[in-house]
Amino acid sequence: MLSYIIRRLMYAVPIIIGVNVLTALLFFRVNTPDDMARKILGEKFVTPAAVENWKKDHGYDLPAFINTDEHGAGIVTQTIFFQKSAPLLWFDFGRSDRNNIDIGREIRGRMWASLAIGLPTFIFAIIINLFLAMILAYLRGTLLDTWGLFICVIMMSISILFYIIGGQFFLGKALRLLPISGYDTGLHSIKFLILPVIVALIGSTGAGVRFYRTVFLEETGRDYIRTARAKGLGESRVLFKHALKNAMIPVLTNVVVSIPFLFYGSLIMESFFSIPGLGSFTIDAIQAQDFAIVRSMVYLGSILYIIGLILTDISYTLVDPRVVFD
Amino acid sequence: MSSQVLEVKNLKTYFKTGEGLARAVDGVSFKIERSSTFALVGESGCGKSVTALSIIQLLSASGVETHGDIFLNGSEISNLPEAEKRHIRGNRISMIFQEPMTSLNPVFTIGNQITEALTLHQGLNKAEAKNAAISMLSQVKFTDPEAIFNDYPHRLSGGMRQRVMIAMALCCKPDLLIADEPTTALDVTIQKDIMGLMNELKSELGTAVLLITHNLALVYNNADTVGVMYAGRLVELAPARLLFSNPQHPYTIKLMRSIPGAARRGHLLDTIKGAVPAATSYPKGCRFSGRCPREMEGCAATEPALTTKKSTANDYGSKQFVACHLYDLAFMSGAKARPLRAAADGESKALPTKAAAPGSETIVKISNLKTWYPIRKGIFKKIRGYVRAVDGIDLTVRSGQTLALVGESGCGKTSAGKTILQLIKPAGGSVCFRGQEITAMGTRELKQIRAKMQIIFQDPYSSLNPRLMVKDIIEEGIRSLLPGLNKVERQRRVAEVLDLVGLGPKAMSRYPHEFSGGQRQRIGIARALAVRPEFIICDEAVSALDVSVQAQILNLLKIIQDKFGISYLFITHDLGVVEYIADEVAVMYNGKIVERGAVEDIFNRPTHEYTKKLLSAVPALPE
Repeated sequence: MLSYIIRRLMYAVPIIIGVNVLTALLFFRVNTPDDMARKILGEKFVTPAAVENWKKDHGYDLPAFINTDEHGAGIVTQTIFFQKSAPLLWFDFGRSDRNNIDIGREIRGRMWASLAIGLPTFIFAIIINLFLAMILAYLRGTLLDTWGLFICVIMMSISILFYIIGGQFFLGKALRLLPISGYDTGLHSIKFLILPVIVALIGSTGAGVRFYRTVFLEETGRDYIRTARAKGLGESRVLFKHALKNAMIPVLTNVVVSIPFLFYGSLIMESFFSIPGLGSFTIDAIQAQDFAIVRSMVYLGSILYIIGLILTDISYTLVDPRVVFD
Repeated sequence: MSSQVLEVKNLKTYFKTGEGLARAVDGVSFKIERSSTFALVGESGCGKSVTALSIIQLLSASGVETHGDIFLNGSEISNLPEAEKRHIRGNRISMIFQEPMTSLNPVFTIGNQITEALTLHQGLNKAEAKNAAISMLSQVKFTDPEAIFNDYPHRLSGGMRQRVMIAMALCCKPDLLIADEPTTALDVTIQKDIMGLMNELKSELGTAVLLITHNLALVYNNADTVGVMYAGRLVELAPARLLFSNPQHPYTIKLMRSIPGAARRGHLLDTIKGAVPAATSYPKGCRFSGRCPREMEGCAATEPALTTKKSTANDYGSKQFVACHLYDLAFMSGAKARPLRAAADGESKALPTKAAAPGSETIVKISNLKTWYPIRKGIFKKIRGYVRAVDGIDLTVRSGQTLALVGESGCGKTSAGKTILQLIKPAGGSVCFRGQEITAMGTRELKQIRAKMQIIFQDPYSSLNPRLMVKDIIEEGIRSLLPGLNKVERQRRVAEVLDLVGLGPKAMSRYPHEFSGGQRQRIGIARALAVRPEFIICDEAVSALDVSVQAQILNLLKIIQDKFGISYLFITHDLGVVEYIADEVAVMYNGKIVERGAVEDIFNRPTHEYTKKLLSAVPALPE
């Protein structure tokens, strides 16, 4: 098991380096520092001198990958890639292009707000979706199941924007139960979190219930379920004991991979509800054309995804005794 | 207490389907006594499994209608409320299934799954249930029952899992055990153990057994009474010895004569014309009418009842029941008793003489062939060893002859077949086709050889691409292996082979799912024949088929061999098929050939221990 985890982490090293190089290509080659400078300084009234100045100030006046003017290690180190992109490997995110803020510190400060929405949404979504899906699976073939499915399809067909605006209008404006948007520190934040969590739950229920129901129904058709019924077990025990643990295997793939992303925040939710998390941080950076921040967030997303996949594989061993790593 | 455990009276189970009401079980009645085995035999779709599921009442889904009475120890159980039915299930009636590999829940321990029934039905506490489960596990011959108790199903072999299933089914000491194809997925040597175990526990615990199977030899050796099912009904019901010594119903007779074996060598097997009618549209009269060799004018109009026969001279008393007008005195003396067809059904036809004298020439010579699969371990996945699936085998296939490669699952016979065709690269050794070494050939040279060497696979359901029409499936092989042929020639070739396998040109633009299992295997054969091969590997080609369909396919393979002088390598676990079709046989065990020679020699005078064990495990039928 330990050897498996070590091997997986070692596999992750070349992938992370590859991701780093690819993001660098995307941000320094496809989109050159000259373009960046022009966009930040404003497309009009830009003199070549101003561009050069900006590049010099922000450290983009070096060659992208290889510096032929230097000797020895300098050929590699005196480049934009080495100065700007390589430090990401040891999580040194550098400073933003526009306001010269410390990106790493900003991320560490903001991720808790993202987690404050992400974690309750994640936990409640699993509980609610599994519960509703099991009820539908229990009622399979009946009119209630058909109607439940119908409502799921309608719920997943409606845009999340509708739920956000609808929620803000009814619960915030019309009924004045909850603040429309905003954030506060510590426990005071709870009243600001309820609405976004409810909206996010409603937005994910349709697709989630439908997926889990399919997983359950697939399990209820298996031979071992027939054996369990032949033993004389009641239908609820068949479903909640025998089918549930087996159904957890495909459910885990879907769920565990997203655990690292709980810190990452949601672009739409955070910008609509003015939550100062990483999602709104990214949106603001995109709007401000701050490529240093966008690059850091893209890279961070890839890392979190790799971590999520490793966690998924490890979590299999917890529910499926057939999976043994060596 | 009466010795009668189960009585089923006029059981009917209907399913609502898109094509109408499917009468899967349509008026079945029988009784089972204490400590005895009642076997239901028949081909797939005859309703035997549905009968079993109706008795244990596991068909509660919507769209199912059940009628008739089921008495357990004299009391009616079919109209009980669901909670009481649950108390019977797993307690008074329990069931084991065909697939031991999937019938146990993979994520719970064996112990957990056995004790579940004990705590539920017997009210035992955890410790008592554990003791009971462990003693049951030792009763099914586990040497270390405590270890098995804490183990997970995936760590056990198929035979061990079936023993766990038996332990689980018998732990509450039920009155009736239903065994639905309990050994079909297992090797013969394990089949013998499992059946022996079931018989032993049956007399020990006084359990009645309802054995559901398609294997007639298994029935002959294990059942007391047999019911033969056809199209949702019992057509014959008799004590086992009587049924096999003196079968009465034309269907029973046909079924027994389509079993391959030594006695049928050199003859075509008996086949039944046509196919089993769909459960939604049975014939109005006798359900075997239209296929029956002894059909009479009135058969299609009136349905015969299952009665003791009265008309024959040698009366066997009241023990044998047949549903056939031939044994109905009143019917036979009536005007409708004239035979519909001339009785052309005497002894089965001998095979036509072979086109060329076989055996003179060596087609394929395999020497010291090895297939090793690497085992990788550790952080860097280094190769730490090999699974020696095929470990140095020598085989010789002669022209126009059939060499059978027999062995149990996991012995390496399928790996050997694939390696001979170079579908897997060998780890060593040589394969010579007509004197040419093919293991070292490049892709292009190999392509020319591939047209001469073809393969037919076991599973007719999954080995044909469901998205391609039959003509495209067959043409694909011709196009790739014989690039010299143009479109017209290819199409002519497709029509020709489809005609040869008895499917006709209509089959060309249909999809695989429109065909039955036997027809699909014909498509597989047509696909192999289309490139005019000299050598065909049949990898368990008839194992998934019903006996009567298997007989048709074996006949077809025989006829094709004699017509074109093709050599077969027949990979199989079925020794009856080997005795019937093969000229030579090689017995494979743990990647090695332990014995080979002419079929008569090996079957009559086996020398290797494993061959002896294998041969003695096969249930025999009376001659």
